[in-house]
Amino acid sequence: MPRRKMILPVLLTALGLILGRFLLPWLQVAPDTANQVLVWGMFGIGFDLLFGYTGLLSFGQSAFFGTGGFIAAWLLTNDVMGSVLAALLIGTIGAAAAGVLVGLIALRRTGIYFAMITVAIAETFFFVENSPLSAWTGGENGLPGVPAPVFRLGSLVWKVGTGWSMYAFLAGCFFVAMVLAMRIVRSPVGAILTAIRDNPLRARAVGHAVGHYKLAAFVVAAAYAGFAGGLLGVLQGFMPPDAFTFDTSGQLVMQTVIGGSATLFGPLLGAAVWLSLRDFLQAGMGLGGAWKLVLGLVFVLLVCFLRRGLIGGLESLFARRGKAAPDEAAAIDLAAPTLSSVGPSPRRRAAPRFDGPVLEAKGLTKIYGGLSANRDIDFSVNEGELRAVIGPNGAGKSTFFKMLTCEVTPSKGSIRFGGRDITGMDVARVCQLGLTKSYQVNQLFGRLTLRENLMIAALAERRGLFRLDLLRSLDRVPGLATQVEQTLGLVGLTARADLPVAELAYGEKRRLEIGLALAASPSLLLLDEPLAGMSPRERVETVQLLKNIRRGRTLIIVEHDVDVVFELAERITVLHEGRKLAEGTPAEIQRNSFVQEAYLGGVAAA
Amino acid sequence: MITWPNFLSQLFNGAALGALLALISSGLTIIYGTLGVLNLAHGAMFMLGGYAGYAVYAATGSFLLAVVGGSAALVVVGALLELVVIRRFYGRPPEDQMLVTFGIGIVVVELVRLGFGSLALTVPPPAAIAGVTPLGFIIYPTYRIAVLAIAAVVLAVLYVVLYRTRLGMIVRAGIEDSVMVNMLGINVYRVFMLVFGIGAMAAGFAGIINAPVVALTPDMGDAVLVETFVVVVIGGVGSFPGAIIGGLIAGEILSLTAMVDPSYAQVMLFVVMTLVLILRPQGLLGQQGRA
Repeated sequence: MPRRKMILPVLLTALGLILGRFLLPWLQVAPDTANQVLVWGMFGIGFDLLFGYTGLLSFGQSAFFGTGGFIAAWLLTNDVMGSVLAALLIGTIGAAAAGVLVGLIALRRTGIYFAMITVAIAETFFFVENSPLSAWTGGENGLPGVPAPVFRLGSLVWKVGTGWSMYAFLAGCFFVAMVLAMRIVRSPVGAILTAIRDNPLRARAVGHAVGHYKLAAFVVAAAYAGFAGGLLGVLQGFMPPDAFTFDTSGQLVMQTVIGGSATLFGPLLGAAVWLSLRDFLQAGMGLGGAWKLVLGLVFVLLVCFLRRGLIGGLESLFARRGKAAPDEAAAIDLAAPTLSSVGPSPRRRAAPRFDGPVLEAKGLTKIYGGLSANRDIDFSVNEGELRAVIGPNGAGKSTFFKMLTCEVTPSKGSIRFGGRDITGMDVARVCQLGLTKSYQVNQLFGRLTLRENLMIAALAERRGLFRLDLLRSLDRVPGLATQVEQTLGLVGLTARADLPVAELAYGEKRRLEIGLALAASPSLLLLDEPLAGMSPRERVETVQLLKNIRRGRTLIIVEHDVDVVFELAERITVLHEGRKLAEGTPAEIQRNSFVQEAYLGGVAAA
Repeated sequence: MITWPNFLSQLFNGAALGALLALISSGLTIIYGTLGVLNLAHGAMFMLGGYAGYAVYAATGSFLLAVVGGSAALVVVGALLELVVIRRFYGRPPEDQMLVTFGIGIVVVELVRLGFGSLALTVPPPAAIAGVTPLGFIIYPTYRIAVLAIAAVVLAVLYVVLYRTRLGMIVRAGIEDSVMVNMLGINVYRVFMLVFGIGAMAAGFAGIINAPVVALTPDMGDAVLVETFVVVVIGGVGSFPGAIIGGLIAGEILSLTAMVDPSYAQVMLFVVMTLVLILRPQGLLGQQGRA
């Protein structure tokens, strides 16, 4: 999520493209090279959205480049369609449709599986194009005779020619494609994509339909690829079959990484470096075929030492110079007791009025292989209650909690939340209903700032499971900023709001962890060991925070610190060896002899 | 026209191809299973094995030496790659590991192109197992039978090494929990280096024994890499038996489809992979929750 102001980057892009028209000939750059760079740069915008922003590394983008290219070229060379732009658009839609199909298969898996599947599918596209469909695609010969566009406005006619005339057309296309991408990146969807890249598990847990968003990114990338593929045919007057090869996908990946991913302009820069190095090494140095070896070495070195590519490298160079001394004032400000002055954050709207326990679990059982982690647990919590769940290590607290939030499906038993059966429901959906948790081990969005982290969680509450508002600005989401500010205040991190998460102290990260759950505005909040690993001072602050956030909410806490539990909780449930051992008020639990024996060992009785 | 002899000989072709794919895929799987790195340079290792064998053969004229020398060269190359590059990437995201091995693959291919040129090179099969063998119902090239046998033997050796030796036990324990193995006082890094070497060798060895069947070109590894991916997706990443089953299935699919219509061979392979992904996303012998 970069800065949200768009006017300056848009103007600079336009200026750069126009200046290129005059500077590049002066620098003796061949127009064909410049045009190729624009086509590859556009191809790369989509890939950057997929890889740089969403974190999905596909080695199969050639499938969509080729699909879009051949559909457009076929339409134009068979006199089906006169308008080049219309053909390009249909090619783009065709590529996007292919993207939906491929995405549905490839996105079933993540990481290396995803990469392998995209490679295999792209190869299949190549084989299909090359043999079974060769009557349409020209097989190994490709499709020659792709016309250049002609534009008419009244009596004005612009017939796009070769060379710099083609540059004007391609630059216009690139500009539109880039502005659209800038808007996507600055939209709520763009923000959620970066969250998925950083921590898909948490993006889902705060209530986003991660799978849908990934598919959206995949299809957008396919559409960009299809459009660029069509332009390749227009540029060369010929649609080459090697658009479909693994080499094409590989070149795209390398150019993007060389230029810098998650920058949108990286692929353009990478393509410029790639093509000019090729021309220079091949012709200028007389290296012939060895140019690719040099590029391969450059690529390996960049991945090893400058993973953020050329643009990323430049950015960190300037950032290091511009950076002031660490902000001591902010650190001191943190200790100010602002916590209690903030009211509870907005309540979730949906929860219909309902009499009876907010959460009711019956006969919850979880069996792993031959081992049962939880057996026959009945558990119910009333509206507004603060419940603690305690038990020695290995008592099954974590599994129990994971079943309540639907991260783990119970082997037996049912869970009702607000009168509704949520057993086996998707985590994101459960969060949308108003139930979420903060994790025992921090699950944050590591590359985003604190404010952006909370924004991701708040967006889920504001926008629901899934929404494709690709072109809406984040600033236009009603109530988002207020909700984020309130949560920041509630967890006492307002002064640190614009720092990247990596620069926070441990205790601050811990509070942000709780803040993420809070920003999703749950009516029932589960806290998994909120005090884990905190210093005494941090503990005091966090206990105060817990007291503040319980207003208007139902809380369930798993915690090892028994003193805190007895101080905060109204009722306590004790788990032991996977079963419920006892339940009652703190006083009752302290008196319970089973509990003393199994867990407290007489210490609490003193 | 599909006849019985035709069908049987394709079945044999499929088994020979499948055994090769199984060998290459087991290399990929051993590396991934142990080090958690998906080696996109694996196709290049296959190709490099073929060329290393060719170089030894050109120098000595002995096919046996070519196989031994080429394999040894690949162990060294693999171990060096692990030591110099891969080792820096264990703590980095899987995407970075894929990017760097992809880059290494390109560098290796281009180096070979620089050294040997782009033209196809051939290694003749050794005289002892050249020619054809009558199998009663069909007449079949002797060398392909040998390939099947050799690949089966090497896979068996790999299996014994992985499941019956101390090294194998460490490797398999490393797959489960490399930190713990390290804490037990075993030098995991030395094991990792060896594993990468063995994995590269599996691909390289396949490259050498395949050299008399298919001519060598620097780009030959790309297609093999893709087929290997399909094999491990079908069989299950990180599963040694899965790599073998997946390899044989893929070999037969390619071969038997080619008998009907060669242009659909690769497509059919993909169709089967998609079916597996839909019905059993973790692969035939993969475990739920891994990778």
